[in-house]
Amino acid sequence: MNTVTIPVAFMPLVDAAPLVIAQEMGFAEAEGLALDLIAAPSWSSVRDMLAFGRVDAAHMLSPMPVAMAMGLGGVTTEISAVSVLSVNGNVIGVGKRLEEELRRTGYGFDFCDPMAAAAALVQASPRPIVFGVPFPFSMHVELLRYWARASALGTEGVAIRTVPPPLMASALANGDVDAFCVGEPWGSVSVEQGVGALLLPGSSIWSFAPEKVLATRTNWAVSEPDLLGRLMRAVWKAGRWLADPSARTAASDLLSRKAYLDVPSELVDRALSGHLTLSGQGELRHVERFLEFHEGAVNFPWRSQAKWIARNLSKSLGAGSGFDLDKVAKVFRTDLHRMHLGRLDPDLPGASEKVEGAIPHAMPVASAGGALTLMPNQFFDGQIFDPALK
Amino acid sequence: MPKALNIVVVEEDRDRAIAIVDALKEACPCDVSIIGNSSGLARKIAACLPDIVLIDVDNPTRDMMEELTLASGPLERPVAMFVSGAAGGLAQAAIEAGFSAYVVDGLSPDRVKAVMDTAIARFAMTRQMRSELAETRRALEERKVIDRAKGLLMKAKGLDEGAAYALLRKAAMDQGRRVADVAEALVTASGLLG
Repeated sequence: MNTVTIPVAFMPLVDAAPLVIAQEMGFAEAEGLALDLIAAPSWSSVRDMLAFGRVDAAHMLSPMPVAMAMGLGGVTTEISAVSVLSVNGNVIGVGKRLEEELRRTGYGFDFCDPMAAAAALVQASPRPIVFGVPFPFSMHVELLRYWARASALGTEGVAIRTVPPPLMASALANGDVDAFCVGEPWGSVSVEQGVGALLLPGSSIWSFAPEKVLATRTNWAVSEPDLLGRLMRAVWKAGRWLADPSARTAASDLLSRKAYLDVPSELVDRALSGHLTLSGQGELRHVERFLEFHEGAVNFPWRSQAKWIARNLSKSLGAGSGFDLDKVAKVFRTDLHRMHLGRLDPDLPGASEKVEGAIPHAMPVASAGGALTLMPNQFFDGQIFDPALK
Repeated sequence: MPKALNIVVVEEDRDRAIAIVDALKEACPCDVSIIGNSSGLARKIAACLPDIVLIDVDNPTRDMMEELTLASGPLERPVAMFVSGAAGGLAQAAIEAGFSAYVVDGLSPDRVKAVMDTAIARFAMTRQMRSELAETRRALEERKVIDRAKGLLMKAKGLDEGAAYALLRKAAMDQGRRVADVAEALVTASGLLG
């Protein structure tokens, strides 16, 4: 088999791991591929590189292809999300000033209760509190809005500003933002630099939030089905490799390299292990399923996830009210996922949609191989999202 | 005659920004503002009420521009990244030259095209100069590391300069690596042992 080079764009984040590992640990090579991994300076640049053909695949925020299908944000090239790369992995944190106010009110930084955290913030600070997020179309924004709506913060209690992840720590230090929601390692970087403290893991708001997707141009997926299949298999195997705890040290080491994240490997390990350091005072917390690459059908692009994102985007932007929900949800390509991973993964789910937020404990479900266990999937306020309801 | 276009250029490198402003002013009647410091970018841009915003594609703060494309964004007039219709080719050329353009709704395509053509030419030129500069710097850095590695070998093994370089080159060839990489490994190792 000839080795084919595929250019792939990514943002320097821990959850780019499946792409980095696919290349570095030989999963790409085994499929006859070499991934030319291009670190992008911004999410808009990832989108443009993919839309205009500079790269053929990309690490993308899960709401980006959905927003594009809804006609939001200017670029409307048809994009396909062929796999989910990771679930969860974000942190919500506060700057130094807010941290001190919270400590003064006696808040204990439990790192698990969104209701209590919201109540403490309301007590500690006048609203709105300005949160930095990496991109207008991101799970970060959707989780923050969901949290605010269903807690003491209230929709008007948060103001959202875009700050590129690597600049989050300096935006906190300059006082451009009071707080943030960002992917690792950039939350831990702000803790290490003494400018912030972590308040909640993203998973405390939604315990199974699709975070990043593997995206390609739809016309590339059509014209290069063989390459797409090889890419998807290599990345899927990398995710399975990452799920083994004994791989963590090697993974942190590889990701910490200059070409990828360029931060100390110890900071990368925090997200991979779920052992986070919350503040300069050194509180340590462990979070189950802080960031998942594989277990529990993580990689399956559930159409119901796309629908949840589309519903929430349209609710908060008041935009795209005329869109066709079923059509938009089809950017999550369950069809391509089954076609290319069906033989490799015995545990693809039988359904393409599920009720989101309705799984309190790990639960066995029907799958082709009969051994699939879905991981807990709950919203902190106990609500459920039924994709079939109009 | 139509009103002069109001253009904002987001560029931290002052010399580059001035070069772009000069070229734009020659090409069409326009008022150009430069925004260098990126904190609070979206608000600063909104305050200028621009018709067109030009921003370096490698500028990490570009994501802040995306806020302007939202219905609830801080600009009253809708803004789109310049990609629609026949202009798609122009947008691609712009990105290849190293910038992207955000254009408010309702501007005539001819007027946009004049600005885009000028900006594409100017950005492409400065991008090439930049990459040549970076290449020169890198070559200089490598030269320095190789010199230090040669010095280490000369001292440790009592070699002359030619023999030290030959040894480095042989090690590089045997391992299928670049001389500069072998030199760097040697310098790092000797620093650790040192």
